[in-house]
Amino acid sequence: MRVENLHTHFMTARGLVRAVDGVSFTLKQGVTLGLVGESGCGKTILCRTLMGLLPASAKISERARILFNGQDLRALGEKQLRAIRGRDMAMIFQDPMTSLNPVMKVGAQISETLIHHLGMTKAEAHDRGVELLRAVGISAPERRIDQYPHQLSGGIRQRVAIAIALACEPKLLIADEPTTALDVTVQSGILDLLREQQRERNMSMILITHDLGVVAGRTDEIAVMYAGKMVERSSTKDLFGNTRMPYTQALMESIPHLDHPTHARLRTISGQPPNLIYPPPGCRFAPRCTRAEERCREEEPVLASEVGSEHAFACWRPVGVPVAETAA
Amino acid sequence: MPSAIPQQTSMPDPVLRVEDMVMEFRLGKREVVHAVSGVSFDIYPGETLGLVGESGCGKSSTARAVMQLPAPTSGKVILNGVDLAALNGSQLRRQRKQFQMIFQDPISSLNPRRKVSDIVEMPLVVMGEGTPEERKARVREVLEAVGLDPETSLDRRPFQFSGGQCQRISIARALVSEPSMLICDEPVSALDVSIQAQIINLLLDMKERYHLTMLFISHDLSVVKVVCDRVAVMYMGRICELADSDTLYRQPAHPYTAALLSAIPEADPGRPPQPIAMKEGELPSAINPPSGCRFNSRCPKAQDLCTQVVPPLEEIAPGHTLACHFPLTGD
Ligand SMILES: Nc1ncnc2c1ncn2[C@@H]1O[C@H](COP(=O)(O)OP(=O)(O)OP(=O)(O)O)[C@@H](O)[C@H]1O
Ligand SMILES: Nc1ncnc2c1ncn2[C@@H]1O[C@H](COP(=O)(O)OP(=O)(O)O)[C@@H](O)[C@H]1O
Ligand code: SF4
Ligand code: SF4
Ligand SMILES: [Mg+2]
Ligand SMILES: [Mg+2]
Repeated sequence: MRVENLHTHFMTARGLVRAVDGVSFTLKQGVTLGLVGESGCGKTILCRTLMGLLPASAKISERARILFNGQDLRALGEKQLRAIRGRDMAMIFQDPMTSLNPVMKVGAQISETLIHHLGMTKAEAHDRGVELLRAVGISAPERRIDQYPHQLSGGIRQRVAIAIALACEPKLLIADEPTTALDVTVQSGILDLLREQQRERNMSMILITHDLGVVAGRTDEIAVMYAGKMVERSSTKDLFGNTRMPYTQALMESIPHLDHPTHARLRTISGQPPNLIYPPPGCRFAPRCTRAEERCREEEPVLASEVGSEHAFACWRPVGVPVAETAA
Repeated sequence: MPSAIPQQTSMPDPVLRVEDMVMEFRLGKREVVHAVSGVSFDIYPGETLGLVGESGCGKSSTARAVMQLPAPTSGKVILNGVDLAALNGSQLRRQRKQFQMIFQDPISSLNPRRKVSDIVEMPLVVMGEGTPEERKARVREVLEAVGLDPETSLDRRPFQFSGGQCQRISIARALVSEPSMLICDEPVSALDVSIQAQIINLLLDMKERYHLTMLFISHDLSVVKVVCDRVAVMYMGRICELADSDTLYRQPAHPYTAALLSAIPEADPGRPPQPIAMKEGELPSAINPPSGCRFNSRCPKAQDLCTQVVPPLEEIAPGHTLACHFPLTGD
């Protein structure tokens, strides 16, 4: 998957909402990318753009290119897109009920996908459905297949949604906050399952979350978004070990950890995320950034990496560089 | 009797004492939801008690029953020595200034048609406190205390504020009557990470400034650790373990507490979570809770006894109570 210069905007009564505002990235086969950022920063809209699942009011920039397996998805018609969606690319959502049909038995929902995309017979689809449910860690799959979604717990429902997403062996799986609606006790099981399936099938995966803890142990790479832009992108290890973007650092520091002493104040980021209709000029984080200087408020930093490094960040005064050096 | 122990006499009286509180909801003719099934705890002056557990375990029902919104099905809620459940409507209204609550969803818990000045003043008006001038002055004072500029915010309405600012307004409204007890039901769960830290700090500041005693509900154990002196863990309507934060986080004795703690995702790639395997299985229902220990259908340590006998909540060490037949010994 390769995305170049993507802008996704919404026309609203109040003005143009720049939900995704100039994003480019490449995702290699077999890699899990964590996409993190606070609510409203554009994570979902970015992924819905990739999937071709945008509301009608959304506009994608003319110059944007979305290449998937060398094919420009923007050049395809709805019919061709639909064939790719669900077969080569699949998505799971925060609320599993978004992708499940409440009045259809679990088995029938899996079979439908298999029959539609892979042309299986009913009997083949049934057997494959049982196998898939077992693969996603559901016990007694023969019985589950005859149940309706409302008879299942949230965790099992999400496992069913994952089974459906995996049914056609997609090359790319996008999971949008797959565990946010679930209790902590079932979250880790679902995340481990996704990671395990991603590796086993050598899929690419985008794991969207607002929780840095969720991606820490389960991704190869991380991209941090702020106000419609990608502001830092690196291997997971490097992002935590060698944070460059002040926003990423501030985000990490504001999360309470278990070893935080009781009643001690947390580090905070002052202010709030910017309005996406009138984003601030220059660096969008500048009004909240403790390192901001004149230039930050005037000139927009681009996402780039230093020579010989794959760690990209968009910042004029990155963390980890003495002030004198950046002033040059 | 515990009252014979001498050190008890030096213990101050609790601000809030909840005794064997039960909250049931009727569903249709025959079904009953057992949301809270006999919960007891004390909260002492200036202390914050955390209440944690999965969604649906009865945290909000406990909070609302304490608030008498609605009153519990049975049991006692004793605030500053007064049993709230025994009061009539006007007596209860007079007590209201003593205990206030803030909710998870900051925006929908505020009336969208009213100005901030009216929203924050409302509790004082309802309780008939002070003259209009005194009330206005008090409103400005609390707005400033929660970090909002009275000049620019008094005349605006909730939808003109962000989620974090709305939560500040809710906190101002809760504090305007100078309550001794503040109940917070998931006050930061709907907020962004960067805003969450601001509101947690604000609550810590307000607690110090106004000498608040708090019941702090959250499903996020990391947040609870920052805010709470003691923590009660709840599972399906019952408290399974209660201890001071340090003990509970360091050496949980209940298998459910241990499972909750082990599942917390830590933002440290070198330390992936090692969750204790818990059976996902059938979701136990609050309409038909499992017999014996309610956790038995998911507990990795369950034995036959657990399905037959309800484990009593007993003190296993000073200030550490536990309800489990086969506690973890901690190695
Ligand atoms: N249909 C729409 N019309 C107008 N604006 C929209 C629409 N959908 C999303 N937006 C705006 O686009 C921006 C990005 O939204 P998006 O849903 O991608 O955020 P997100 O990062 O996924 O947030 P969350 O963590 O809350 O899911 C937000 O400002 C949002 O309000
Ligand atoms: N008004 C109500 N009527 C019926 N059932 C309710 C009502 N309020 C809560 N419940 C049920 O009581 C149980 C506990 O709910 P709640 O206290 O909201 O849990 P928590 O706050 O821990 O998520 C759940 O099973 C819930 O569905
Ligand atoms: S460019 Fe400037 S304002 Fe933006 S993050 Fe870097 S230092 Fe802060
Ligand atoms: S009583 Fe039994 S089922 Fe309940 S927590 Fe203890 S060991 Fe597990
Ligand atoms: Mg989203
Ligand atoms: Mg609740």
